[in-house]
Amino acid sequence: MSDSVTFRVHRFKQGDAASHHDSFEFEPGPRSTVLDALTAIRRTQDPTLTLRHSCFHASCGTCGMKVNGREVLACVTNVRELGTGEVTVDPLDNAPLVSDLVVDMGPFFARLNAVERPLVRESELVPGAHTASGIPQPLRYEDCIECGICISACPIAATDPEYLGPAALAAADRVREEPRGGDVPFVLGLADDPHGAWRCHVAFECSEACPSNVDPAGHIMQLRRSLIGRRWRALLAQPVEAGR
Amino acid sequence: MSLENRSPAPHVVIVGGGGTGGALALDLVLRGLRVTLVERGEITSGTTGRHHGLLHSGARYAVNDAESAVECIEENQLLRRVAPGSFEENDGLFVGIDDEDMAYGEKLFAACGATGIPARWLSPAEALRLEPNLNPALKGAIQVPDATFDAMRLPLRWFASAKARGAVIEPFCEVTSFVVRDRCVAGVRGRDHRSGKDFEIGADLVVNAGGPWAEKIAAMAGVDVPIQPSPGVLLALRGRLCNMVVNRMHKSGDGDIVVPQRALSIVGTSSWVVEDPDDLGVPEDHVQKMYQEGAKLIPAVMSAPFRQAWSAARPLIGSREASTGRELSRTFKCFDHLEQDGVEGFVTISGGKATTARAMAETTANVICGKLGVDAPCRTRDTVLLPHTAHYAA
Ligand SMILES: Cc1cc2nc3c(=O)[nH]c(=O)nc-3n(C[C@H](O)[C@H](O)[C@H](O)COP(=O)(O)OP(=O)(O)OC[C@H]3O[C@@H](n4cnc5c(N)ncnc54)[C@H](O)[C@@H]3O)c2cc1C
Ligand code: SF4
Ligand code: FES
Repeated sequence: MSDSVTFRVHRFKQGDAASHHDSFEFEPGPRSTVLDALTAIRRTQDPTLTLRHSCFHASCGTCGMKVNGREVLACVTNVRELGTGEVTVDPLDNAPLVSDLVVDMGPFFARLNAVERPLVRESELVPGAHTASGIPQPLRYEDCIECGICISACPIAATDPEYLGPAALAAADRVREEPRGGDVPFVLGLADDPHGAWRCHVAFECSEACPSNVDPAGHIMQLRRSLIGRRWRALLAQPVEAGR
Repeated sequence: MSLENRSPAPHVVIVGGGGTGGALALDLVLRGLRVTLVERGEITSGTTGRHHGLLHSGARYAVNDAESAVECIEENQLLRRVAPGSFEENDGLFVGIDDEDMAYGEKLFAACGATGIPARWLSPAEALRLEPNLNPALKGAIQVPDATFDAMRLPLRWFASAKARGAVIEPFCEVTSFVVRDRCVAGVRGRDHRSGKDFEIGADLVVNAGGPWAEKIAAMAGVDVPIQPSPGVLLALRGRLCNMVVNRMHKSGDGDIVVPQRALSIVGTSSWVVEDPDDLGVPEDHVQKMYQEGAKLIPAVMSAPFRQAWSAARPLIGSREASTGRELSRTFKCFDHLEQDGVEGFVTISGGKATTARAMAETTANVICGKLGVDAPCRTRDTVLLPHTAHYAA
């Protein structure tokens, strides 16, 4: 029996009137990922196929795409485990299309830039660790790998192009939690906006789809709580200031 | 000379958008040259994105290759200054498990002293206090200033900074042939896969920064560069098993390092040789080796949930090296193809480490400026880099 899987891959080149899907056959091994399949297709069948990839292990965030309609990282999506004889591959939604499976991450990074979240943060301790005092708190990278999957999965981002989006709001909440030199009032101001934390409908699609356990929806809820607290504090502070 | 009369600065085309190409693009624009970099896929889609993310202290090389060790510790300190915020500055440990390791440790400690790498011995108890998941049977450890960085995001800062100064960076543009006139390289031809349109770019000089693809690229200019792709397997496990880089206190071997990265732990690596850098595969026995050897450093490697296993290829400089080009460095290879191959306007840079990409770029830019008659000093030693996000959000 043949274990061949048919890949239906989204195709578009700049200047094309419309996009279409091309079909390719690929025989997956037990470890083959969708990214392995696509790079093999590019090597042996169509060198013009464009896609983004870098780390091959769910750390860089470049290989976000839609596989059988769901947002995933292609590099950690096992082909056989998909269990379908046909696999459809499309680019992420809610980002400008560049070509084939490539989207322009410019608008996404512009929003993240505004929040100015530091790349490294304080580490939580290794489970079971009893680190003695006097040892500096170790650093580690933020969990968010900036893949854009949450934006693609978000129903609000589909309707409100100005929505700050789950990743940037999660980043804003991280700055609130652990400023590390960040301008907290400024970042909270960005989030406290009709296109910010209040725009979210709490559909939880983002947290569901996030491949890096960032839980953007949970961060948006935390942000809202602290924004409400901030409003109350501002209200309560007013008469005092007026009396000065 | 008035500005109007001045001819435009020489134009350099770089083929290959890994860390080496990115660092070189920045170095050259800072020296006033015009730069276009073409990369056939996304930026850092070659070897660069796939490595462990170890910012070498140089200790790994101190015993056998003092020159590399010195280069590493210099870059290790320098990069922390020009790329603040990019590193998990948690140091590294070389961990001794048996008597052979401890004998190597004596040599390692002395070699660190000789090459200027800060190092201190830790007792087993001290090492376990820093890293509680270490093999409890360890006999001793040496702490060194290793660090970790994001294999893609540090190079993105070179690309972002180069672009901001006028370099043209073109991803998804694959070079398929060279423009060669009278044994002089005058540009490159290829296809922009975003539009499907062919391009031709004229150049005063072309740099081959193709990493393990360097042989294929050089062949397009009719030059033989003896480089063979030599991959290694890496294993990503879920969970941070350590905060410091954990190395085996032993000469380099398979599975001798565990590197924390975000919420993952990376175990590396192995080594074999392939013909095609695009067809590496992930040999199952190498994956199992990562588990077995990694668990000698941190037993929890065996039980941590699997995230992924993958391969990355280094460029192995083959035995034909003596007969090709003029070698300009020992720690990496920079060939001016004029000397042996008689081809003008063409330079290949390959090898080295991601940690030393800036230094490789500096050496190569010195060669290029010499060839083009440009008299300008290197400025990448003190130019603080833009954040990685600026590469996409210009
Ligand atoms: C397993 C392994 C682990 C490693 N771990 C570490 C580590 O922890 N720390 C460290 O400092 N170093 C490490 N290294 C070394 C480091 O990864 C490399 O030195 C570095 O990434 C090389 O970068 P480069 O830019 O020279 O090559 P590459 O990143 O491979 O760049 C070459 C580029 O050329 C492009 N290209 C090829 N053909 C064409 C064409 N025809 N047209 C246009 N573009 C083309 C490719 O797509 C590729 O992006 C490791 C290496 C390996 C193999
Ligand atoms: S929050 Fe999650 S899904 Fe969104 S960009 Fe970050 S890692 Fe990706
Ligand atoms: S290639 Fe880096 S996340 Fe998939």
